[in-house]
Parts: sequence; structure tokens; C-alpha cells
Amino acid sequence: MDFTEDQIQRYSRHILLQDVGVEGQEKINKGKVLIVGAGGLGAPIALYLAAAGVGTIGIIDGDVVDLSNLQRQIIHFTPDVNKPKVISAKEKLNLINPDVNVITYQELLTAENAERIIRDYDFVVDGTDNFPVKFLINDACVIAKKPFSHGGILRFDGQTLTYVPGSACYRCLFHSPPPPNAVPTCSQAGVLGAIAGMLGTIQAAEVLKYLTGVGDLLTNRLLTFNAKTMEFRTIKSKPNNNCPVCGSHPTVTGLVDYEQAVCDIESHRKQK
Amino acid sequence: MANYKLDITKEHCPMTFVKTKIELSKLKSGDILEVLLSEGEPLENVPRSSTEQGFKVLSITEAAVKGTHLVQIQK
Repeated sequence: MDFTEDQIQRYSRHILLQDVGVEGQEKINKGKVLIVGAGGLGAPIALYLAAAGVGTIGIIDGDVVDLSNLQRQIIHFTPDVNKPKVISAKEKLNLINPDVNVITYQELLTAENAERIIRDYDFVVDGTDNFPVKFLINDACVIAKKPFSHGGILRFDGQTLTYVPGSACYRCLFHSPPPPNAVPTCSQAGVLGAIAGMLGTIQAAEVLKYLTGVGDLLTNRLLTFNAKTMEFRTIKSKPNNNCPVCGSHPTVTGLVDYEQAVCDIESHRKQK
Repeated sequence: MANYKLDITKEHCPMTFVKTKIELSKLKSGDILEVLLSEGEPLENVPRSSTEQGFKVLSITEAAVKGTHLVQIQK
């Protein structure tokens, strides 16, 4: 593809990079990335990927913007309160970069729709706030052989890993979802707003690395950090032969919707 | 002998090297691009950046217009 003068200006700082260059930028422009959740993580992920020129960005989220979201979900602004998050997000992405084709899904990712939705994308990013959907994304991507980035934040902590077919998946490390209400979610426990940006931008960088083929992905590694001590750790992992979805005798062979914590469902209902 | 020519005398850093890279990206390995550039920042940076990123700077010569130079870069 030939870049226009505007595109040369817009993407000049990528083109300058030896590892990205014209060829890498073309790969970014051809990339198709699905972001699950237009919240704390999805906001910086979507903003950076649109700014980078990712050609097609899908965003799925069934919620509307709530005033309590604005402390960290930086893609949504005060006048967006009560607007569907995917619409609010699409408006900002179109403003940042009109080159990007933004596809919105105003619904929750479920066992019923996951396979159909992720099929069209090169890479999936988990920007969700609950375990049932995190496991659903993992299982759907492992079964469909689709690379994805897992990310989770709570209070002052964040963790992320990248999966490509053959590497350790989320279930290799975390066997199954915790019982409902065993682990508080952000909406119950709180979260320092800025750590959504810290983790989300790491995930966005992983997407760009995947699309361009630059560097070493966060595969077979779990990155964790705590913002109070500002210490980052990388824990090595490997594919688990006993993993229920990617091990040698998988017990998870289809998708299921795990039970959500009751207060999460109620908060979703309240917002509708 | 250069097969391709590029004039970046009207560009400013970093677009000088950006435009050079874009032209080089269209060439085959071994092709030579002759870049016309101004002295000062472009003359200091474009040959250096080209070398750093794995291209071969074959020659730097003064061009006809005062204050401009021709740099031959091989992909």
C-alpha cells in the first residue's frame, strides 16, 4: 500500500523505528483487533491502537457509561454518561484516527456469541473486569487458535500475559474461575485509576508487537506489578499438560458462561 | 550509478529520514537511491540514520546548488 502524505506524517514515529518501518506500519494498518470491554483497560488499549493505525478495531461491551467509570475509563468523557460505552468509544477513536474502521458490538461476550465474534479478528484483547468472561475469552481463543492478551487489575495490582497457540494459556496458570464472590471485582474493591492505563498500555504494546512481529511477546510469562511498591515481576510459565483446555486430555471442549458474582449482575442490570 | 532519486531539501527533521525510508522501502536490495538534501541537520542525520538502520552510504558529494549535497544510499 502507498501511504498518503497525511499518513506519512501521522505514522512517522513508527516509520522511523528500524524494527517497525514502512513494512511494520503496513502490518499495523492491516491488523484486525477485538477489544473485549470498553472500560478501564479497553480505554487505553483502544486509544493507542487507533492512534497507531490498527486498521480494524472491534469493541464489545454491553454497558452504558456511568459517572463512576470516568475516574479511570479515559475514553469516556463527562457528557458521555448514560451513553453506550461502545458508541462513546467509537466516537473518540474516529476523532483520533479517521483511518480506523471501528466495529461495535453493544452486547456482552457470551458462550453463544464468542466464537462468531472473535473469528474475524487477528488478535483479541481481554479488557474485562470479571473472571467468567476472562475464562470465556481464554477458552474461545485457545479452541479457535487465536492469539490474545489477558489483563486484570484490582486495587493497586495488575497482571498480564500474552497467549499464542502453543504457549501457556490463562488456564495453564489459573485452572478455573474462583467461586462467585470469593474475589472482589473492581466495582467492589476499588482500583487506582492510573493502573488501568499502566496495564492497558502494556497490552496495547503487546498487540503492536504481535502485528509487526517485533520483539519477544509476553508468552510463557506472567507479568505482575504493584503500584504501591512500583515493583514489576515476570514469572516464567510453560504449557501445562494437565490444563483443562489446552492440556493433553482437555475437559473444556466447548464454551460455557460461568456464574457471575451477584452484585456484578445487579450493577449491570442497574445500568441498563 | 544511482537508479532512483529523491529530493528532501524542503523537508525538516524527522521527515527527512522518514521520506528517505519510504523511498528505500520501495526498492530492491542492492538498488541505489540518490538523495538530494541540505547541509546542516539533514546532512548530519540522514547518512548516520541510514547506516544505523542497515543501509550502506556509498558517497556524499556537493551538489550544484550551494548548500545542498547528494548522498548515495544502497539498500
